[in-house]
Amino acid sequence: MTTLPMIESKIHPAVGEWELPEFVAEHELPSREGDRIIQYREALREAMSHEMRNDERVFLIGEEVAEYNGAYKVSQGMLDEFGPKRIIDSPISENGFAGMCIGAAMAGLRPIVEFMSWSFSLVAADPILNNAPKMLYMSGGQWGCPIVFRGNDGAGGQLGSTHSWCVEGMFSNVPGLKMAIPSNPYDAKGLLATAIRDPDPVFFLESERMLGDKAHVPEEQYYIPFGRARKTREGDACTLVSWGRPANFCLDAAEKLAEDGIECDVLDMRTIRPLDMDAIVDSLKKTNRVVVVDQSWPFGSVASEVVSQICEHAFDHLDHQPVRVNTRDVPTPYAKGLEYEYLPNPERIAEAVRGVVNA
Amino acid sequence: MPIRTVYEAKIEHMQILDEDGNLDKKLAKGTLTDNQVIHLYEQMRICRELDEVAFKLQRSGRMGTYPQNKGQEANAVGSALAMKKGTDWIVPAYRENAALFMHGLPMHYVLVYWMGDERGSKMPDGVNITPLSVPIGTHMLHATGIAWAHKIRKDKDAAVITYFGDGATSEGDFHGAMNFAATQQVPLVFYCQNNQWAISVPRERQMKSETVAQKALAYGIPTMQVDGNDIFAVYKATKEARARAVKGGGPTFIEGVTYRLGDHTTADDARRYRDPKEVEAWVAKDPLIRTRLYLESVGKWDDKKQKTLEEQAKKITAEVVRTAEEIEAPHASDMFDSMYAELPPQLIKQRETMRTSSIGQNPEQAGLKASPERV
Ligand SMILES: Cc1ncc(C[n+]2csc(CCOP(=O)(O)OP(=O)(O)O)c2C)c(N)n1
Ligand SMILES: [Mg+2]
Repeated sequence: MTTLPMIESKIHPAVGEWELPEFVAEHELPSREGDRIIQYREALREAMSHEMRNDERVFLIGEEVAEYNGAYKVSQGMLDEFGPKRIIDSPISENGFAGMCIGAAMAGLRPIVEFMSWSFSLVAADPILNNAPKMLYMSGGQWGCPIVFRGNDGAGGQLGSTHSWCVEGMFSNVPGLKMAIPSNPYDAKGLLATAIRDPDPVFFLESERMLGDKAHVPEEQYYIPFGRARKTREGDACTLVSWGRPANFCLDAAEKLAEDGIECDVLDMRTIRPLDMDAIVDSLKKTNRVVVVDQSWPFGSVASEVVSQICEHAFDHLDHQPVRVNTRDVPTPYAKGLEYEYLPNPERIAEAVRGVVNA
Repeated sequence: MPIRTVYEAKIEHMQILDEDGNLDKKLAKGTLTDNQVIHLYEQMRICRELDEVAFKLQRSGRMGTYPQNKGQEANAVGSALAMKKGTDWIVPAYRENAALFMHGLPMHYVLVYWMGDERGSKMPDGVNITPLSVPIGTHMLHATGIAWAHKIRKDKDAAVITYFGDGATSEGDFHGAMNFAATQQVPLVFYCQNNQWAISVPRERQMKSETVAQKALAYGIPTMQVDGNDIFAVYKATKEARARAVKGGGPTFIEGVTYRLGDHTTADDARRYRDPKEVEAWVAKDPLIRTRLYLESVGKWDDKKQKTLEEQAKKITAEVVRTAEEIEAPHASDMFDSMYAELPPQLIKQRETMRTSSIGQNPEQAGLKASPERV
């Protein structure tokens, strides 16, 4: 018997090649201004369709994504263009298709897995949390898992507690995954395009409440790098940090506050794994005050993490304790008025900023 | 309208080599040559030796928990020979070592893994085996996905086999995998090693169905039961399943009826819950015994050959242990390796800080910089 070789590191060829797009500075991205007004859902579709045209390894699978054109019409028309081999209606089995797509990714395909709602991903907890983000690690660096899990996250508007999950609070705790939460159509397209190209598992959190939001979105494909926050408003009184849908509430609040002469720096984090702490610290050096807005539950939330990191990285720059605005610490209420009060809303955010600024 | 039968089914059981070493010549035709039988016998014997060695390593504190394969080896070797090395994929659980070795995994990898080192799950180039899967059932879905990728890419002459236990068929993943594999008609062999026990739970309390094989009927998957201690039956069934798979005929289910002669793992003591009489009855059905009896009956084996094989098995396994133990232990800062395709800046920072501080998560943290160099 010959002497056995040492174990060495290399990604298995079956995972296939990947090429990250060339990222450019924010101001070099195509303009956000223009009259090509489309919906958030169309922006998502454009990102997917473009990647599917260029890379035949990419496919979309989920419940109702094909014949029905998607439960929320994100994949409208994609079956016609790409056919049933690449736009796949799956049996109702989140655990099944999520787990199977991990195998498909390991064998060189580039799956986009649509959960009708991230709430339903809970029955697929093992594949998405216990397999995908750990595959590379547990195989000693051999099996990458280039896969995108995407779907609606957060209170969708009176869907009740079981259907209103904000999974980022819980899921972002897991190392090995990436997580993007776009707040507008432009970012939705640019971040999803990057997610599909990314060699690691990406959790892409959309919102049913934003799918109909409209804005100018460039026709060409563009790629927004992960881990780069965007400043959506300038001010020096207080920094507002958020991501996803509440990033828009922050802008509403900032507008109201400006009427009283309180000008906020507003940061839309766009991805929370990786998290652009540098952008937060930079802003804090100017404002010395911060309110973090997060639509997941307060206990052990992403906001808690952001505040901890602020204390670790920028304690000396703070003139006031960091303040969080999360949902209330209860299951998402079913009743309309209650759901609004439960979520971070512009009024709650403005109140928090006033407290911080006037202290 | 009268009541009519809309579905009827039966489950067949195949045995070619019985426990006394008698061969059903008609069924055996076109299966294994005597040379192949010798090869498989040797593989089983070496694997058995590794089991013993691993057991002792664990008992002497040189290895973590280890699940013995003892008694089930025929399932692994018979099926592995029927699959095509290099083009097919094996998606294992943790009790089919011999199949992995036959498909090119150097034996010390298995020890490195169970000694607690992810590098033991990193297969050498060209070895189409995924990491051992201890979470019960999850890998059946991965196998389905890999097989599906074969189908989508129109890979020629490529199939996948996945192994799992009787207990695993109670998991939702089993259901999901079977349903997907069937609806997508992927080139996959589901191989269930029904060893009668899931830790301390016997098959009768794991499921109410009389066979595991019948579960496949509900998904529209061709299915059968084989004597899992009979290399001829295992080989023949797997060969046919593979042929169906590569021809586009979709998945097949095989239940290998076998027995776990050892404890569940080295952390278990099966004497506490198993009737010794039951174990005794299965010892008589040991695949090694009947294979040797067969080889002797056709004049291909004798005591001298047996002695040589046993010496060889000892030598090989000693070498394997030496190689595994010689591999340098990972450094603490290696824990950040293989986190992402490219290590993100935040983790690079953490890795740097851990060299100078036991608690710091970022290097700028005040007061934490002064500690002496660690790691
Ligand atoms: C999801 C999950 N649940 C429980 C366990 C704990 N566990 C490890 S092995 C085992 C029994 C498995 O029995 P079976 O599938 O028959 O395989 P065998 O060990 O008999 O080969 C259990 C329950 C696990 N590893 N993963
Ligand atoms: Mg079992």
